[in-house]
Amino acid sequence: MKQSTFTILTQRPLTDAVYELRLQGDTSAITRPGQFVNIKLSGLYLRRPISVCDVQGDVLTLIYKVVGKGTAQLAAMQSGQTLDLLTGLGNGYDLDLSGDCPLLIGGGVGVPPLYWLAKQLRAQGKQVSVILGFNTKSEIFYEEAFRALGCETTVTTVDGSCGVKGFVTNAMDLAYTHVYSCGPEPMLRAVFRACKTGGSFSFEERMGCGFGACMGCSCKTVTGYKRICREGPVLQKEEILWTD
Amino acid sequence: MDRLSVSLCGIRLDNPVIPASGTFGFGYEFAELYDINVLGTFSFKGTTLQPRFGNPTPRIAECTAGMLNAVGLQNPGVEQVISTELPKLAQCFHKPVMANISGFSVADYAETCRLLDQQPQVGWLEVNVSCPNVHGGGMSFGTDCAQAAEVVRAVKAVTTKPVIMKLSPNVTDIVSIARACEDAGADGISLINTLLGMRIDLKTKKPILGNTMGGYSGPAIFPVAVRMVYQVAKAVKIPVVGMGGVSSAEDVLEMMLAGATAVQVGAANLVNPTACLDIIRSLPETMDRYHIDKLTDIIGGTNG
Repeated sequence: MKQSTFTILTQRPLTDAVYELRLQGDTSAITRPGQFVNIKLSGLYLRRPISVCDVQGDVLTLIYKVVGKGTAQLAAMQSGQTLDLLTGLGNGYDLDLSGDCPLLIGGGVGVPPLYWLAKQLRAQGKQVSVILGFNTKSEIFYEEAFRALGCETTVTTVDGSCGVKGFVTNAMDLAYTHVYSCGPEPMLRAVFRACKTGGSFSFEERMGCGFGACMGCSCKTVTGYKRICREGPVLQKEEILWTD
Repeated sequence: MDRLSVSLCGIRLDNPVIPASGTFGFGYEFAELYDINVLGTFSFKGTTLQPRFGNPTPRIAECTAGMLNAVGLQNPGVEQVISTELPKLAQCFHKPVMANISGFSVADYAETCRLLDQQPQVGWLEVNVSCPNVHGGGMSFGTDCAQAAEVVRAVKAVTTKPVIMKLSPNVTDIVSIARACEDAGADGISLINTLLGMRIDLKTKKPILGNTMGGYSGPAIFPVAVRMVYQVAKAVKIPVVGMGGVSSAEDVLEMMLAGATAVQVGAANLVNPTACLDIIRSLPETMDRYHIDKLTDIIGGTNG
């Protein structure tokens, strides 16, 4: 974990509500895809956790959806402005579990952390398949970015306006060695049920601190209590306990 | 360094700054960022006799100048704290630590204190009779003079270490509870725990917190805390540890003027993990600005 100041390089909308933010700063604490940063915003008390989408040298890319006050404030910020970030938070995805042909499944704003993962797996020469699920065509982002990495990329939309109609699980009929997933909990549950191999699933929870001090985001797992922010956000298939 | 040092129940603190229980875990997360030996001490995560998972999530909600939490005393239980957490802590913290304990019966409190009393690393026992987030215990002991006194007597009977009673602000008359604790033999009082609060999500029309209600902390509650520290410090002879929304060196000085011998910092640690370090570093220059030579000169020094 590191606390440091980042400067906004660019900010651009990817869809009506989803933004891509590129920041420059000390990225040295960020060691794995699937980790997150926690952003301080003026006038708001708690930091806002956002997953890491990509790291290239000292440039950090974040993608987030405007869902409330904090993200709306973030969307209004411009290049040159600075942000106080805690970086290197969470366990992230373990690349060693991938096998030769990993399958990456993202839903909505669960897609971003899979990008840096796909990039690293491609750099290792893995044959990477990607399924990106959205509600409708206008919400799609980063489809081309995954294709440009050389990933076999399928898009699904709930309303059928683009790609395969239905849910990400409607596109899972292919050979794979491990599943990496991030998205809303109903999607994670469906992927969990459909997954025929080992799987790494990234979870979300409201957080106080984001670095393990407050126990605000704890969950029960097969192997005991875990903090989503610290031992998570990525949990392995065999340790997940679903609660209703 | 002597400008900053204070004595709390007979134990010297290099400075009065103490991270509050529940905001600092068992210290390791913060030890990644700075040497936590700069602290006066810290109050470790509220420990109970049995392990507890705590409340369903969401446990956290944003508020104006603060936050709500309904963690519900998640902790590994006193046995594991002694067997695992304290040895780990010994690697990165070399001062007496404040053991924060909670319970669901008088016997719980006594047994947990008895076990922690035997640990040489423990300097003080901070007995939480004020957790708003658990049912059938916690705060109910701190809202009634007779029950609070009963906990004090039970705990004092099994420990040789100073016992500091952590009080709830969710009472009609905090002074009478503090006096009851003092009369029953408490060595110190710490206050305030969080203020009971609630938020509702307009989209779902449901309470944001899984536990419906939770404790409000952060800068918003600072004036309430100063007022209660002032009232209690005037009414008792034992030392008072002030807390509630403290975020800066100025806040520490204000708490001490109100009557606090030492000052805990809570929610600020979650937002700014180096909050306590920053406060300790800026204390000397802040004291200079207000012509304060030594911190011990200002305890309870307000003219009100």
